[in-house]
Amino acid sequence: MLRAQGRAVHQCDSGWVPVFVDQEQSISLMSVGFLLESPDEAVVWRGPKKNALIKQFVSDVAWGQLDYLVVDTPPGTSDEHMAAVEALRPYGPLGALVVTTPQAVSVGDVRRELTFCRKTGLQVVGIVENMSGFVCPHCTECTNVFSRGGGAELARLTGVPFLGSVPLDPELTRSLEEGRDFIRDFPQSPAFPALSSIAQKVLSEAPARLS
Amino acid sequence: MEEVPQGCPGTGSAQAGRGASCQGCPNQRLCASGAGAAPDPAIEEIKEKMKTVKHKILVLSGKGGVGKSTFSAHLAHGLAEDENTQVALLDIDICGPSIPKIMGLEGEQFVEDNLGVMSVGFLLSSPDDAVIWRGPKKNGMIKQFLRDVDWGELDYLIVDTPPGTSDEHLSAVQYLSAARLDGAVIITTPQEVSLQDVRKEINFCHKVKVPIIGVVENMSVFVCPKCKKESQIFPPTTGGAEVMCQDLKIPLLGKVPLDPHIGKSCDKGQSFLTDAPASAAALAYRSIIQRIQEFCGHHQPKEEHLVGS
Repeated sequence: MLRAQGRAVHQCDSGWVPVFVDQEQSISLMSVGFLLESPDEAVVWRGPKKNALIKQFVSDVAWGQLDYLVVDTPPGTSDEHMAAVEALRPYGPLGALVVTTPQAVSVGDVRRELTFCRKTGLQVVGIVENMSGFVCPHCTECTNVFSRGGGAELARLTGVPFLGSVPLDPELTRSLEEGRDFIRDFPQSPAFPALSSIAQKVLSEAPARLS
Repeated sequence: MEEVPQGCPGTGSAQAGRGASCQGCPNQRLCASGAGAAPDPAIEEIKEKMKTVKHKILVLSGKGGVGKSTFSAHLAHGLAEDENTQVALLDIDICGPSIPKIMGLEGEQFVEDNLGVMSVGFLLSSPDDAVIWRGPKKNGMIKQFLRDVDWGELDYLIVDTPPGTSDEHLSAVQYLSAARLDGAVIITTPQEVSLQDVRKEINFCHKVKVPIIGVVENMSVFVCPKCKKESQIFPPTTGGAEVMCQDLKIPLLGKVPLDPHIGKSCDKGQSFLTDAPASAAALAYRSIIQRIQEFCGHHQPKEEHLVGS
């Protein structure tokens, strides 16, 4: 998605060098995707092997000076999530951004994710409701394709901050996929104001919440 | 066991119990004795159990959020509309068991007389309970589901999985290996980011020798309820599932449009096929279900004659 497919990961004295995705070198990336010979290769690993790689990603990558390390996880509350929390905890502060879509079926799973956070002592920075509405490009009618309101309702029920809703934007998807400069195209997207506002909240509130 | 030493050579490998990293592992003696390399007796037990199950279908997806559980639920509903067809839906998404909600169940296990459901969701006392289990414990649960549930005489057992190619998928395939899986249905959305993960899923099926029944492209096109014009919310930047299936010579079972009523029906625990039977999405589902039935019909087990069709 960040136009880094096919890039190689190099070694230096302090470990693997993460891949920079922008010219200013403000965003670096590490992924198992860089270690595969082909993008179609399936990673058919059981838990212990995944745990070992995640630990390596934290301790053996030369991240350098970072303001934020953002960790994207698969759905669920299993090996990857436990491994990430265990590997990152010594390097605090650590918090969770929990993403849901608006419908009840999704919220039903995300409630369990919040329990995971509570049980592992992971502070929840807030909930984001994604895919929240689609504005028809032909007539500008907004349709709640995946229902509505679940994220805000969940935040209210669980006493966790609601950070905002992000609408669907096919042009953003297209930009990510066609290898266009998403960082340059992104400000034009209707998703941009929502994501910007969420980012601002994380930037301003996270340090206080996670101290 | 849950805590495996880093560098564990694998319980089935020649180095099991003998490697340097085996020192101090509580299973070292067991592995060194060769017990780890013996096939799990549960595989034969499950084979016996599955003799009364005519067709077993795995529903897979590379990515989360593509509508796999929605599809599994409606495949079950669609097949069970014929009251002479016995259907069961097994939900092995241990951490995200959404099947009970989609099927409108709160603890009961039968939606209809001929449609039963099993899920770890039924074993949780609260909707907030999290199943924070590592791989080995999830595998144990899947083994129990397959071996210890009284499935009875079934025409179809549908197995809904979490996204990916990990413990749950390996276990399901392993435990059903002697019982002969009819095949896998793979769900995707049209965009390349999703298709990329489907190709991995297809490679997984080839690796573990599971036949592929075909691919379903979900969230294909959106029709605005106001102006009725079409939009592609998830653009098929590389031709969608259609081009991928042509390239890989795998059947495209069908394309399902994005209909907001599907999500609403799921949230209410109702079958979308009965809520909106004339909708384009319901018609697409029915056509796909028919193709799956045809695939299963052409692949009758030769070695066993099953009574009562």
